[in-house]
Amino acid sequence: MPWLDLLLGLTLVVTAALALAARDMFRAVIMFIVFGLLMALAWVRLQAPDIALAEAAIGAGLTGVLLLDTLGYLRRPFGSRVDKPGDRP
Amino acid sequence: MSLRILSAALLCLGITVALGWAVLDRPAPEENLPERVTSAMPESGVEHPITAVLLNFRSYDTLLEIAVLLLAVVVALALREAQPDRPEQMGLENPLLRAVMAWLLPLILIVAGFLLWAGSYQPGGAFQAGSVLAAAGVLLRLAGVTTAWLDNAALMRAGLALGLLTFLGIGLLVMIPGVPFLTYPLAHAGTLILVIELTLTLSIGLTLISLFRLTPPYADDPDEAREQDAEAP
Repeated sequence: MPWLDLLLGLTLVVTAALALAARDMFRAVIMFIVFGLLMALAWVRLQAPDIALAEAAIGAGLTGVLLLDTLGYLRRPFGSRVDKPGDRP
Repeated sequence: MSLRILSAALLCLGITVALGWAVLDRPAPEENLPERVTSAMPESGVEHPITAVLLNFRSYDTLLEIAVLLLAVVVALALREAQPDRPEQMGLENPLLRAVMAWLLPLILIVAGFLLWAGSYQPGGAFQAGSVLAAAGVLLRLAGVTTAWLDNAALMRAGLALGLLTFLGIGLLVMIPGVPFLTYPLAHAGTLILVIELTLTLSIGLTLISLFRLTPPYADDPDEAREQDAEAP
């Protein structure tokens, strides 16, 4: 198991670096989600299943969805960004 | 330019060394907290040490956490108005997604309930159950299922505040016999914790869902957005 832990730790650092260094925002968000899931595994290995559950559900799942949603909003042409229906001049 | 990079690298190295030194040189813990928790477990009303710490021994911290969550969603609500759930704005008109949802939704709800119930004797609890509940809400929204009751602002706000208010109310009620704030009576500790966790689950789920619902409506094509605007009164 020590080799698995070492591999997990290294993969965590690599995914974190990839998420930070990615030019493409979509790739960065995906790397962030992968990082969150691996982090959940790391918490399990550290015998903290409570934190692992929260990390997988909130850190990887919901934050990932919110980031993807924001990305979809940012990619739209400027004119079609609508705050409220009928709000635009 | 290279001088800046060099100084930044040196700064990073210095911080790393300082952090490593701080970790290696930290003082030994003065009291054995795990042992204290284990010895106090019979008084907690639950069987899982982490739930006991979160909702009994250090329930004040959890209370403040919930207050911070509520504050965050209040600020988010103040900045943006929640977008009504309209299927044509979801952009995911996919019959397969709806079919899968019909299978997944009961399963998700059961998992949320199980996590909440399991919190008293194994890993689980209000935060995890609440986020699973929120995941169900996010899926519903992505599938374009209209959830009209979420648009009821008063109901939504009551749901958001329910967890904190119940927590505060129980914390204050137990003071009547003359014990400090949030000191549950031994006989009812388990029930009180379960009631608090149940309301916290609902509030946390609603908090996360309403954060997601604050995202703008989906309209990728500018012409389509204009048409939608024209249709809107």
